[in-house]
Amino acid sequence: MARVMAVTGNEAVAEAFRQINPDVCAAYPITPQTELMQRFAAFAANGKVDTEIILVESEHSAMSACIGAATAGGRVATATCGPGLALMWEMLFVASGMRLPIVMAVVNRSLSAPINIHCDHADAMGARDSGWVQLWSENAQEAYDNTIQAFRIAEHVDVRLPALVCMDGFIIGHSITRIEFLEDELVKGFTGEYTPLNPLLDIDNPKSFGPLVLTDQYHEYKYAQHEVMWTKVRDVVLGVAAEFEKVSGRRYGLFESYRLDDAEIALVILNSAAGTAKDVVDSFRERGVKAGLLKPRLFRPFPYAEVAQALGGLKAVAVLDRADSFGGYGPVFTEVCSALYPLAKRPAVINKIYGLGGRDFLPQHAERVLKELEEIAQTGRVSVIKEYIGVRE
Amino acid sequence: MSARGYSELPVGPVILDAGNSRLLKTGAWRTINRPVFKEENCSQCLLCWLFCPDMAVRVEDGKVVGFDYEYCKGCGVCAQECPGKKGQKAIAMEEEKK
Repeated sequence: MARVMAVTGNEAVAEAFRQINPDVCAAYPITPQTELMQRFAAFAANGKVDTEIILVESEHSAMSACIGAATAGGRVATATCGPGLALMWEMLFVASGMRLPIVMAVVNRSLSAPINIHCDHADAMGARDSGWVQLWSENAQEAYDNTIQAFRIAEHVDVRLPALVCMDGFIIGHSITRIEFLEDELVKGFTGEYTPLNPLLDIDNPKSFGPLVLTDQYHEYKYAQHEVMWTKVRDVVLGVAAEFEKVSGRRYGLFESYRLDDAEIALVILNSAAGTAKDVVDSFRERGVKAGLLKPRLFRPFPYAEVAQALGGLKAVAVLDRADSFGGYGPVFTEVCSALYPLAKRPAVINKIYGLGGRDFLPQHAERVLKELEEIAQTGRVSVIKEYIGVRE
Repeated sequence: MSARGYSELPVGPVILDAGNSRLLKTGAWRTINRPVFKEENCSQCLLCWLFCPDMAVRVEDGKVVGFDYEYCKGCGVCAQECPGKKGQKAIAMEEEKK
């Protein structure tokens, strides 16, 4: 029996952490992630978990302590957002390079300056190339479900990589919604026991971590990371999702295809804004417009072939990014274009930057973009490739 | 150590065989001087053995017998610390022959 509750996104992920009961959790508070770790720390203080909580002086130290604990052989979880994730940047590469399956919740927040605490995807997009598996979540239910699956994906013997689970700061993190929690025993059975590969605490078999690896061998270590991300993770994500569906009844894939099968125009959009956009897609469908939506779930590794298959037959696609690469295109846009380029016939693609620093993404924004796509589909002409929407002049 | 292909590497850079630093012959780093043992001036105080930052002072049955040039980097700490006998050091730094 699932427990149906009304909780915040932060609370939902803290509940997943409680059920999984990691060995170690090193974290530093930062808005809007604070509530998540506060609730998890309360579980630890009240004896609901056996987790050793390590309080540190910065996110750089938080990730460093997570790396140490994971190297020792522990199952490790943490959470951060925005500038906290940015401060972890150096250590993110150490975690993935050392192939430590740490799971981290990222409650997406903007980067300073100007200082802003609200939702924006610049934080996780900044970690794009760090070698972490990235799962994105539209709502609290998905954040909870993705967190549970993330442990299985990260710890899979074919993977052994850290994974981060994104949800939108405040919009999801602090909003109370209906959520179905799985039973504790079910989650424990699903995640199972974690067996580390080469734990440092196995003192009968001494070993050294962190050796200097120079020109003669570094290239091969990086190829090994590429190889697992490029060839292994997608299948593991799908396998874990299939198992998860059996225990939860909720289906996950590499991305969500919403009314895409016969679509001619579509939006590609991450996280909570996809919910708003789906409503607008519905209203266009009611008017007879063949509109659809693709919501990426697995952003790293990016499922290029599958996205190409899902979007290749369309006439026009708009990729909406809640982060910008100043002087370049939005990060999701470049991935979608890379996916589509090998096709002989491909849709016109435009890029919209929206919702930076928590600016509301409203139905009328999605409407305007879909109307523009209708026109592009009819004329075949794109006037502006990249544009900010909802910006005052 | 020989260079390995990516598929031969452990998962993550970890050295699983403990104590393998002895395979790295650091004696090749020695470029200017090498220590030479002069037994007649040695009081067997073992200060050279104690101060050697590597493990390049060879000791057998509690007595210094010479140096392990496969690891000695020629830093000269042993010669500096050697108290010798009657003002004569038991370790002399001599020019490394090319």
